[in-house]
Amino acid sequence: MSVLVTPGSDGRFGEFGGRFVPETLVPACQELEAAFNDAWADPSFRKELDDVLREYAGRPSMLTECHNLSEQLGIRLILKREDLNHTGSHKINNVLGQALLAKRMGKKRIVAETGAGQHGVASATAAALFGLECKVYMGEVDVARQELNVFRMRLLGSDVEAVTSGSRTLKDAVNEAMRDWVATVESTHYCLGSVMGPHPYPYMVRQFHRVIGNEAFSQCNEMLGTNPDVVVACVGGGSNAMGIFSGFVDTNARLVGVEPAGGAAVTRGQPGVVHGMKSYLMQDEFGQVQEAHSISAGLDYPGVGPEHSYLASIGRAEYPTVTDDEVIEAFQLMARSEGIIPALECAHAMAWITREAHTMKGKTVLMNLSGRGDKDVGQMMNVLGGLK
Amino acid sequence: MTGKLEQTLRQRIDGGGKCLVPYITGGYPGWVDSLRACAANGADAIEIGLPFSDPVMDGPVIQASSQVALDSGATPVSILHEIRTLDVGVPLVVMCYYNTVFHAGHERFAQDLVAAGVSAAIIPDLPLEESGDWCAAADKAGVETVMLAAPTAPDERLPRVTERARGFVYSVGLLGVTGERSSLSSTATALAARVKKVTTKPVLVGVGVSNAEQAVEASKVSDGVIMGAAVVRRMMEGGSEAVASFIKEVRTALDSSK
Repeated sequence: MSVLVTPGSDGRFGEFGGRFVPETLVPACQELEAAFNDAWADPSFRKELDDVLREYAGRPSMLTECHNLSEQLGIRLILKREDLNHTGSHKINNVLGQALLAKRMGKKRIVAETGAGQHGVASATAAALFGLECKVYMGEVDVARQELNVFRMRLLGSDVEAVTSGSRTLKDAVNEAMRDWVATVESTHYCLGSVMGPHPYPYMVRQFHRVIGNEAFSQCNEMLGTNPDVVVACVGGGSNAMGIFSGFVDTNARLVGVEPAGGAAVTRGQPGVVHGMKSYLMQDEFGQVQEAHSISAGLDYPGVGPEHSYLASIGRAEYPTVTDDEVIEAFQLMARSEGIIPALECAHAMAWITREAHTMKGKTVLMNLSGRGDKDVGQMMNVLGGLK
Repeated sequence: MTGKLEQTLRQRIDGGGKCLVPYITGGYPGWVDSLRACAANGADAIEIGLPFSDPVMDGPVIQASSQVALDSGATPVSILHEIRTLDVGVPLVVMCYYNTVFHAGHERFAQDLVAAGVSAAIIPDLPLEESGDWCAAADKAGVETVMLAAPTAPDERLPRVTERARGFVYSVGLLGVTGERSSLSSTATALAARVKKVTTKPVLVGVGVSNAEQAVEASKVSDGVIMGAAVVRRMMEGGSEAVASFIKEVRTALDSSK
């Protein structure tokens, strides 16, 4: 039996998941669940999605063997190049799926939350492609540190609203997108950007990202003749990690989801309920959600998708943390050693690999390079100062 | 068995009147004075919000009041502790988000409410399908759980929601979050009428009921109203005196529309 859970109508992955939303949104979530199940079982929908992923997003994404880093670290390092997708990250897989679904459901408008801006850019892109109205909520802090992506979204015709409540980051952008959806649910689809939120989102978004794991599984078998020993991805909400894990969860590969030390839901959190789901959550002694603090806007989130909580609880995947300093080192290491500037999010995965390489000598390590670092260059210029 | 909240509301309804349930953000500076002002000026019951870090059903006014309360150190424990010593003479209803309940533990939270003298609870992010464990604990402890009926609910869903409701049925007045609106949404009266058809429990309209005139309008098809942002804004701007005169004004309007 597969370790990969197909949740029933209760939306549970073990004890995690569920649908903890205001009563107003329950019918919308039920409608979405039915529409997704119907579409996913419909060969014409799947073909339409496959076509657009190939012809527009540029799939399949390739594998790159990192010869220089492999030699330096004493491992065999292979990257899954989601950074080469159109719009520069894995986020496009999910967004194209949800936009097609929104159209199929007759919705004319989508709303989205974004942290680093990658999901917002992908949503704005899909909205432009399919003729949908799009509004993106983004924390004020993130608007400031990801101004290029804000401009991209506006250039693509989307409305970007800076969220000024709470910690003014991803968590609060989700709150505001949900508030919008409560008011506009009849005409609007909430295009949620990660494997989180109320059922069916964690399941649906994973299914849309399974293409990463499915491709990587066959590509690894072609390249290596076997499965990798270790599969590594960064985890905020955890969509790129669920995408690649889904291809290897039933193999013997060790699965590693790397969280930022300042947003370590699995390591530092306890089960809790926010944003429609039961999952590990950083919270205080009274259940108030704590603010995450990470150099990476995309991982600056106090929770994690419920399927990750499940995989952690059964011991199938592990969720170590890395510090901002380690991430900054890894960001530069990848650039200098391989000529690849990774997104700061992915630099978390690289940072863990760098730190732990000495325990993995001779092993084959597959890392999901889920996004490119162009968006982070401005921020890193400030962090690093002028490089000589 | 009918609980204290429902009994109290029924007395008002059976006497031909309409119910008025104001909302006060617990822990906001001076909130206890505002609570007393509500009780003294014609509230039938009072909803006390336990502030939460991520209030997804709330608009700007209640969000801001919650943030002030949290910043001044309010916690669910401190608020319930203060409630324990109050004797305002009307049933108290706690409004809180589910993580506050889940984190404390269902049974412990229900017992804490009882110990504080709270009659009922409203948990806006705990829909029917997820409410089983909490409702079992609440029923056992004698806490009435108010359920929300939403304008988006299909006809087959409404009777299941009202069946599970205790105290009253909270008929959500519009598609959207809490906050004042210039006019009462037509969905408010439409939904209240649908809900009244499927239940004999008290049906109160809340979310977007902003002034005395709108309260009277909403009460024509329902048993009364819950008023949140309109009360909280007055508490923030003018303290308990502003709350007192507003509640008195709404009470008078409801009574004279009989």
